[in-house]
Amino acid sequence: MEIHKTSWPMRIIVFLLFVYLLAPVLLVFPLSFSGDQVLRFPPSFWSTRWYSALFANSQMLKAFWTSLSLAAVVTVLSIVIAVPAAWVMTRLRFAGRDLLFNIFTAPLLLPTIVLGLAILIVFASFGLLATMQGLVFAHLVVTLPYALRVLAVSLSTQDRACEEAARTLGAKPLTVFFRVTVPMLAPGIVAAAALCFLVSFDEVVITLFLTGPRISTLPVELYNYVYNQADPLVAAASALLILLTLGVIMIVERAMGLGKAFVK
Amino acid sequence: MSAVPALPRPARQWRDGELAVLLLLPIALINAIGFILPVLNLARYSFNKSRIGGGMEAVFTWENWAGLLSDPFYLELVFNSVWISLAITLTTLVVSYPIALYLHRASGSWRTFLTVLVISPLLTSAVVRTYGWIAILTDDGPVVSAIKAVGLPAPSLMFNIKGVFIGLTEILMPYMILALMAGFGRLDPRVEEAARTLGATPARTFTKVILPLTLPGIALGCLLCFVLAVSSFITPKLMGGGRVFLLATEIYDQAIVTLNWPLASTLSILVLIVFGAALWAYSAVLRRLD
Repeated sequence: MEIHKTSWPMRIIVFLLFVYLLAPVLLVFPLSFSGDQVLRFPPSFWSTRWYSALFANSQMLKAFWTSLSLAAVVTVLSIVIAVPAAWVMTRLRFAGRDLLFNIFTAPLLLPTIVLGLAILIVFASFGLLATMQGLVFAHLVVTLPYALRVLAVSLSTQDRACEEAARTLGAKPLTVFFRVTVPMLAPGIVAAAALCFLVSFDEVVITLFLTGPRISTLPVELYNYVYNQADPLVAAASALLILLTLGVIMIVERAMGLGKAFVK
Repeated sequence: MSAVPALPRPARQWRDGELAVLLLLPIALINAIGFILPVLNLARYSFNKSRIGGGMEAVFTWENWAGLLSDPFYLELVFNSVWISLAITLTTLVVSYPIALYLHRASGSWRTFLTVLVISPLLTSAVVRTYGWIAILTDDGPVVSAIKAVGLPAPSLMFNIKGVFIGLTEILMPYMILALMAGFGRLDPRVEEAARTLGATPARTFTKVILPLTLPGIALGCLLCFVLAVSSFITPKLMGGGRVFLLATEIYDQAIVTLNWPLASTLSILVLIVFGAALWAYSAVLRRLD
């Protein structure tokens, strides 16, 4: 391995590229404490006025609660629907199984701008635009493939000896599923849930097509805000969002290791 | 059917099938109603006739397609989108490769830490990251101030394609790095070591050993980033300030502002055709590599 001692020029290049990669995420923290009226860096003085402004912005707060409840409902539904589906995909043998799996994960291949428009047109005739049900349904279309993939990987790498032992000892299939398979699947469920939560909470393109003045999510409100004006308010919101994301990542890291969950 | 007593084996298989159908029903319904039906409907809409002001007629006409292919504005739009996406993809590759190679060689908790750093931006909303870039590249931002401080003329980096280019490249980096790392599995350190001990210079080792072995990862990363660049919407919309016209922003404008759903559908199908072409190019490259 000695030959792989990275040379100093290479280390400096890698360091600079990391700075480039992380710059926009890191910058919002100091910027959120700006005292300026406009977007200026470095700020001429520091204050917490933009945090106060954020918490006084009823539209943002309402959008935050919408996003939070939407992501929570979508996460629970995704797990409830994807766990049995992943179980069928990994434990039962039937014709066309691989084809079905590909169809179920196909929404991930479609650009969100196309999927958003496609769902908009169909939902318009169902009367689902700007409704909570419509948003839940549309988010499920994108979160279910993630959940299915993560859970199927977890289930297929699971040791089946315990399941078989339980079965030979006379446990009914449902008992085996709830007492053996699901508990062993817990880390996969946590990872899938975290991923679904983040995907739903951050989803903006599809949601942009389906929201209106009646109902809106936080990313959509932030998008509209940035589109109309640029001041440090969004920096305060971004800083809080990044902390929330870090919290969720930490849960996943504890549960199964980030590498395993995402680098598949 | 299930009430009829049958031979044990077929009966057992039938129950499995029944169970499979029952358990897959929810996901299948959501997939059918939220994905397959909307996409087929979208393809159908691209042949509808639009009326000025938002209405449309359900007929079958090639009008949208013919109009699209004969309008210089749209031809330029498609050409620009593809060309800019290709340029962004190549830039992303160049800035991601050193990080991926470094990560591939790192080990232990250092590697885990850096991998988390690479993945974290991926889990941060595109709106937040685009906003970060607006703050960096704005006229009062650190980059322009630094350039002014050195005494150079202040460049305009916002509300034009330059800003979109810089921002989008960074936003796509994590995808490229992860794809490259997945492809680096073939890169055995002993092969490199052999090249070096046999007297190859670092540059020669790179072009003759490392690069060829990592080409599959490069191809995958480029496919992924190109596809994401062509369909990117948030960054061009927010950083372009209405002056950068790309396929994805035009789809949104036609759908929401102009309310011309048939034309928006036609543009969407066009994006899918570009995707198909990218996929075809990718498999052609892979075939040549084998």
